[in-house]
Amino acid sequence: MMASSHVNGPVRAVHSPAGWGLGLGRLFARYPAISRILSLGLFFLVWEIAGRVPISYAFPTFLETFYAFATMIADGSLISAYGSTLQPLIIGIAISGTVGVVLGTVMGLSRMAEWLVAPLFIVLQSAPMAALIPLITFVYGIGLAAKTLAVIMLALPVIVLNGYKAVRNANPSLVAMCYSFQGTRLQQITKVIIPDASPVIFAGLRLGLAAGFIGVILAELLITPTGIGDLITYHRSVANYAEMYAAVVSIILVSTVTLAALEAFEIRVLRPEKRRG
Amino acid sequence: MSIPAAVAHVEQSATTDAVVEVRGICKKYGEVEALRNIDLDFPRGKLTTLLGPSGCGKTTLLKIIAGLIEPTSGEVRVSGRPVSGPGPERAFVFQDFALMPWATVMRNVAFGLELKGMGKAERQAIASKYIAEVGLSGFEDKYPHELSGGMRQRVGLARAFAVNAEVLLLDEPFSAVDEQNRRKFQEDLLRLVEKERKTFIFVTHSIEEAVYVSDRIVLLSRRPGRVSQIIEPKIDRTASPDAIRRDQGYLDTVEEIWQGLKHYVD
Repeated sequence: MMASSHVNGPVRAVHSPAGWGLGLGRLFARYPAISRILSLGLFFLVWEIAGRVPISYAFPTFLETFYAFATMIADGSLISAYGSTLQPLIIGIAISGTVGVVLGTVMGLSRMAEWLVAPLFIVLQSAPMAALIPLITFVYGIGLAAKTLAVIMLALPVIVLNGYKAVRNANPSLVAMCYSFQGTRLQQITKVIIPDASPVIFAGLRLGLAAGFIGVILAELLITPTGIGDLITYHRSVANYAEMYAAVVSIILVSTVTLAALEAFEIRVLRPEKRRG
Repeated sequence: MSIPAAVAHVEQSATTDAVVEVRGICKKYGEVEALRNIDLDFPRGKLTTLLGPSGCGKTTLLKIIAGLIEPTSGEVRVSGRPVSGPGPERAFVFQDFALMPWATVMRNVAFGLELKGMGKAERQAIASKYIAEVGLSGFEDKYPHELSGGMRQRVGLARAFAVNAEVLLLDEPFSAVDEQNRRKFQEDLLRLVEKERKTFIFVTHSIEEAVYVSDRIVLLSRRPGRVSQIIEPKIDRTASPDAIRRDQGYLDTVEEIWQGLKHYVD
C-alpha cells in the first residue's frame, strides 16, 4: 500500500502533518499576503493577551486601542492631525528627494562635487539630528518651515549618500559596454548608470522617507505641538493610553504603507525584471 | 608549421589586406610593463586569436584595439585610419557579457542601435534577425537572469553583430560558460564566422579553443607581452566538428602551442 502510493503519487505518500505543512508553505509562497495577515493577526493576539495580563496599567489591549482608533477617526481628530503632519512631510520629502537624487548623482559622477559636498553629508548623517531640531526653532520659529526643515535635515543626507554611492559604484562593465558602442556621456548616464543605480537610489529614498517620518514626529514632539505628535503628547498627558497607542500605531501603519507603495512603484517602473520570479 | 615560416608570413602580411593594424603598441601601468612594442596585422575576414599565459596582456591589447584603453605609445589603424576610442567599425563582446539586467533580450541586442538613435521598429527588426541567428528565437522578452550563461553570451554576440561592425572583438567570450555549452557555442561561432564574413579578433587562454576556431593564432609571451609566434593552423574547416577535433593537424597544432607555452607555466 505504502509502496504503491509512493510510486503513484509521491505527494500523497508524505505523512499527513508534513503534507499539511507543505501545503501551507505552498499557500504562503503563492499568496504572500496570507502569511503577512496571519503574522499581523498573531502579533495582535499577543498584544491583546499582554494587555489583558496586564503588563502595565499604561498598556492598553489591542481591542481598546482599535476602539480608540475608530473613535478618533469618527470625531475627525486623527484626520485633522494627519492633515497638519503630512503637509510638512510631503513638502520635505519632495525637496529632499529631488535635491538628494540630483546632488547624489552629480557627486557620483564628478570627483570635484564629491570633494566639495560629500564630507558635509557624511557629518550630517552621523550627527544626532534630534539634538539639532530644537535649534531650528531659533531660526524658523514653530511654523511649517521649521517642521519641513526637520524632515529635510533627517531625510536628505541618507538620500544623497545612497545616490552618490549607487552612481559611483555603477557596474563599470556596463559603462564600458555603453562607451564601446559609442554612447554619448549623456546616454551613458541616462541609459546605463541611473537605471543600474536605481535600486540603491530607491533604497535611499525609502530610508529617507522613513527618516522623514522620524523628523516630522520629532519636530511635533519637540518644537510645535501639532498633528500626530500633539495627539501623542496630549493623550499621554491626560492618560488616554488607548488613544495614545492608536496614534502611535497609526503613524507606523502610514509609514509602512507609504514605504511599500514606493517599493511597488520602483519595481513597476524602473526594474521590470524583478516583477518575475 | 615551423617558426620561420610563421615569421615570414608576418612580413608578407603587410602587403595583404589588413583591416586592423597595430603599430608599436606599448602599455605601462605605472612601473608595470604590460605590453612591449606590439606590431600586428589582422587580415580581413579571418578569425585571429590572441593566446598567451595569464597576465600576458592579451585582454589589454584587445581593449586597446577596441579603444577602451589608451596605449602608452603606438597606434591602432582600422582600414588604414588611426583610431582613438571606440568606433562604429568595431564591436566588442565582453567576458562578463555586460548585459543590462533591467532590459529584455530584445532591448539588450538592439542597444547599440538604440544608442545610434535608430527608430524602435527598425532596430527591433535588425535585432530579431540576429537573435534568430544566434539561436535565441522565442527568448526576445526574457531578462538576462532568466537565461543560462551560454545564452547570455549569445545575447552579447547578437548585440555586437547587430551594429554591423566590420571587426568583432571577443574578450574570452566563453570563459564564463560551462564546458558543454562552450563546445556548442564554438561550433556556432564557426558557422557565424563563415556566414557573416567579418573579421574576428578573439582572446582566449584555452589552446584547444584557439586552434579549433582560429585561422591565425598570435602567441604572446609573458609580461611584458610581446608577439612570440604566429601560427596558422592547417585544418579543414568544412569537416564536421567531431572530425576536426580528431584531426591530426588539429592535435599537432595544440601540441606545438603547448610546447611553446609550457615554459611560461611555472
